[in-house]
Amino acid sequence: MSVMTVQSLTLKIDGKDVSCQAGQTILEVAREHDIEIPTLCWLDGLTLWGGCRLCVVEVAGSPKLFAACGTACAEGMEVTTNSERLQKYRKTIVEMLFSERNHVCAVCVSNGHCELQSMAQKLGVNHVHLPYRYPKLTVDSSNDRFRLDHNRCILCTRCVRVCGEIEGAHTKDVKGRGINSQIINDLDQPWGESETCTGCAKCVHVCPTGALTERGTAVAEMNKKRQFLPYLTLMRENDK
Amino acid sequence: MTPEELQTLAARGQEKFAHYKHVLNVCMESGCVSSRSDTVADALDKEIAKRGAKEQICIKRVGCLCSCAQGPMVSQDDGKVLYKEVKAEDAGAILDAVGSKPVSRLQMPADHPFFTKQLRVVREHAGKFDPEDLEDSIRVGAYHGLMKVLTQMTPAEVIAEITTSGLRGRGGAGFPTGLKWSTVAKAGNPTKYIVCNGDEGDPGAFMDRSVMEGDPHRVLEGMAIAAYAVGAQKGVIYVRAEYPLAVKRLTRAINQATRQELLGANILGTKFGFTVEIRLGAGAFVCGEETALLASIEGRRGLPRPRPPFPANSGLYNCPTLINNVETFANIAPIINKGGAWFSKIGTAKSKGTKLFALTGKIVNTGLIEVPMGISLREIIFDMGGGIPDGRKFKAVQTGGPSGGCIPEKHLDIPVDYESLASVGSIMGSGGMIVMDDTSNMVDVARFFMDFCASESCGKCVPCRVGTYHMHEILRRINDGEGTSADLMLLRELCDTVKTTSLCGLGQTAPNPVLSTLRYFEQEYLDLISRAEATRAAAGDGHSKKAAGTTGLEVTL
Amino acid sequence: MSTATKPTVATVWLDGCSGCHMSFLDMDERILILANAVDVVYSPVVDPKEFPASVDITIIEGAVSSVEDAHKAELIRARSKFVISLGDCAVTGNVPAMRNPYSPKELFERAYVENATEPADANARRMKLPVVGVPALRPHATPVHEVIKVDLFVPGCPPPADAIWFVLTELLAGRVPDPSALTRFGK
Ligand SMILES: Cc1cc2nc3c(=O)[nH]c(=O)nc-3n(C[C@H](O)[C@H](O)[C@H](O)COP(=O)(O)O)c2cc1C
Ligand code: SF4
Ligand code: SF4
Repeated sequence: MSVMTVQSLTLKIDGKDVSCQAGQTILEVAREHDIEIPTLCWLDGLTLWGGCRLCVVEVAGSPKLFAACGTACAEGMEVTTNSERLQKYRKTIVEMLFSERNHVCAVCVSNGHCELQSMAQKLGVNHVHLPYRYPKLTVDSSNDRFRLDHNRCILCTRCVRVCGEIEGAHTKDVKGRGINSQIINDLDQPWGESETCTGCAKCVHVCPTGALTERGTAVAEMNKKRQFLPYLTLMRENDK
Repeated sequence: MTPEELQTLAARGQEKFAHYKHVLNVCMESGCVSSRSDTVADALDKEIAKRGAKEQICIKRVGCLCSCAQGPMVSQDDGKVLYKEVKAEDAGAILDAVGSKPVSRLQMPADHPFFTKQLRVVREHAGKFDPEDLEDSIRVGAYHGLMKVLTQMTPAEVIAEITTSGLRGRGGAGFPTGLKWSTVAKAGNPTKYIVCNGDEGDPGAFMDRSVMEGDPHRVLEGMAIAAYAVGAQKGVIYVRAEYPLAVKRLTRAINQATRQELLGANILGTKFGFTVEIRLGAGAFVCGEETALLASIEGRRGLPRPRPPFPANSGLYNCPTLINNVETFANIAPIINKGGAWFSKIGTAKSKGTKLFALTGKIVNTGLIEVPMGISLREIIFDMGGGIPDGRKFKAVQTGGPSGGCIPEKHLDIPVDYESLASVGSIMGSGGMIVMDDTSNMVDVARFFMDFCASESCGKCVPCRVGTYHMHEILRRINDGEGTSADLMLLRELCDTVKTTSLCGLGQTAPNPVLSTLRYFEQEYLDLISRAEATRAAAGDGHSKKAAGTTGLEVTL
Repeated sequence: MSTATKPTVATVWLDGCSGCHMSFLDMDERILILANAVDVVYSPVVDPKEFPASVDITIIEGAVSSVEDAHKAELIRARSKFVISLGDCAVTGNVPAMRNPYSPKELFERAYVENATEPADANARRMKLPVVGVPALRPHATPVHEVIKVDLFVPGCPPPADAIWFVLTELLAGRVPDPSALTRFGK
């Protein structure tokens, strides 16, 4: 048996002295101490993505911002998670997401259970000051049980990651780039024709918005259950 | 091959060409080949054979002769006479002129500042030897630096030499090369990689292509020296597939070097082993970003990832990886051969050595130039470049491509170095330099670069994916005479958000062309907008966007 | 309190379903308190047909869909001290904006030709396209603030009566309220 010694660090988050273990990220440590940092692409149990940029924080001594999800804590670090400047950036980023596709909350099956919607409310986004794009996007209803509505996708890739990393099917991926990026099944086939999809529904339940839903749900009826994720991740780690 | 054999090979190279009275070098890089320099070389070969002059005059197919827009270029006796726009039919006339008066209608003045103000370190021998011929390459010094480090220096000494030189990365950001090397050297993992970034995605840039095509062995030598210094065993050159000639020459060079044990298991008879393979990029700009490049080499989607960990600690297949630009690697051999101290005497306090630039746009002499750091933009544009054609006035020079900025007349006297260019709102970048005259519309210039960034954004992070789209739309509106003052405010705000919150360098620098044109040419934006507003008012379509703020009421219920 | 000193309020119905107005009326007995405190000078629920020359607070429901909507919005802005976008259609475009990925031409074809059953001949159906006496559609149905400056946003589909009550009472007290605790997009 070997005794692991993990170096412990002390730092300040929003003026609060906190301690943590070397290797922990700012986001992890903040959450352990009930300091709320907003995230959309990050999800406990999936690999780091770093794409939504909502978790950017300030670190004293650097003019640059750091994504809390991917930045390891360092000794003596002084982190600010919620300055006026950060709030402004976060609001603009959420507005960018609303402007990018056709998110019509009022007629969404995820209305009331959507992380984008509640994020807007939490950050005080009460309108979108960027022009809307109104792209022409499709809805894939070819699967008997699930539906993929590109109008409501924020490209967080949680579905891609859970499908590849947890279910191991790798049905989902992204095609195109930039503003034309889009979630696909297999090699851009209709979901219903996928030969790799196991029908496990994990993607549906990790999806933060109404982009991936169960069929047969009406407005505001789609409530996601993702308790399985920390459980599966824990089991997997125990296996190692 | 042993060190002695390398010397022998060099001597053989010397001998091979010593008996020729004259050498005619025909540029065989992509620029000149595209204007059919290959037919010129063939015609010269044929004409010599016809005249039975094969033992007196040698035709060499060489690397870039600099005046790319005036190709095919031919140089006689290492630049003593220079010919431009040569056609196959000119072969006879050129051969007639060898040893007598040059053909005046084709001649370029070789003593023009365009050539004389250049200082060649990276392209020291380019244009004087055949890059497809290993012996000829060795004749001009290839692998002598590698031999020196393997026989006379410890890895630590090599790194010290690079540190002393003050060399900074030529891929754009200017990170100190010695520091990067020592970080990789210190990294614990025994398996390490060297990666050469030959993606060169900036529109209009071709410096790296020229180095890879014109002196591939020098790139390999730089990589091998780096591998020895940091303790790496494998190297990868990532080249965009749009550079078929570079790929061909690099492949040939790798094969030649491997056959002669200049690469492989026991290089120059020592225990040091290093192999190099080529990976083709599909031409996405973002794949030049180091973490995206590594993902692409691993066969995944070319997406950047958050750093740290930096590639120096965890790069290719999670192993410590040294990633440098083509031009950075091409600087290594001369530093080893002549010493870091020698190199550090060239340039300015913080920017050492030379820099390659692809000089293009509204300028008399376009082409590839290598200049010492610290030279002024004015010297480059007016002395070397010969100024603006058609009697027009200079307006701005764009450096750094889509990540850079436009520099106006009043800053032309700043020295070309990393810090000075940054201080005026641009960057050194990889070496694109586009000159604009007074007919250029700066809003359109900004729009062009934003279009590029928006279509090259990988889409991973929100600010870059959506922000570049909106910025491009706003620039398009302003440029098309549909802009409003609210648009301008929004543009500034988006510049700030995208620059500050994007994940990788592409998004972080995408606003630069807008910011620099706003800084120096704001009036052009304002003029377009006020013209648009006047047109709208005349059409009775003036939106009243005034705010009230508060109600000013005081009612108790 | 004499009528002359009461603040004036107008409510306007652009491209929306009138649900926001319903929600407004849904504030139960509080509506009486409001009615006492303000003069509703223009609204679908009161008589005047002309938008008054000057209004203290104007509440807009609905997106700006037609050319007429845009003219109305301009007029309202010019004559109102304080403009509120009430509800998701005014704030985001919401359901009326779901047509935006398509051109008005495509929409009309769909509604009046492809999906129409009478008469059998498509060309005859096309004749039925309403072109006289109806305001032209703008290419996009947009949020109000894309056309005029808006002073306060109250999202929700519809915003709950509590949010409307809160917003109005705060405004009447001379404060600019933040209703985000009481409502959100799609509420
Ligand atoms: C969007 C983007 C594109 C880049 N393209 C290139 C490129 O084409 N060639 C290159 O050498 N470096 C490029 N870089 C810089 C690399 O990430 C990296 O810093 C460089 O290769 C390191 O080499 P150096 O230290 O020798 O400069 C790019 C960076 C970004 C952010
Ligand atoms: S479908 Fe859902 S989980 Fe997948 S990328 Fe889109 S928003 Fe994220
Ligand atoms: S900044 Fe642009 S290119 Fe870089 S990760 Fe984000 S989306 Fe991709």
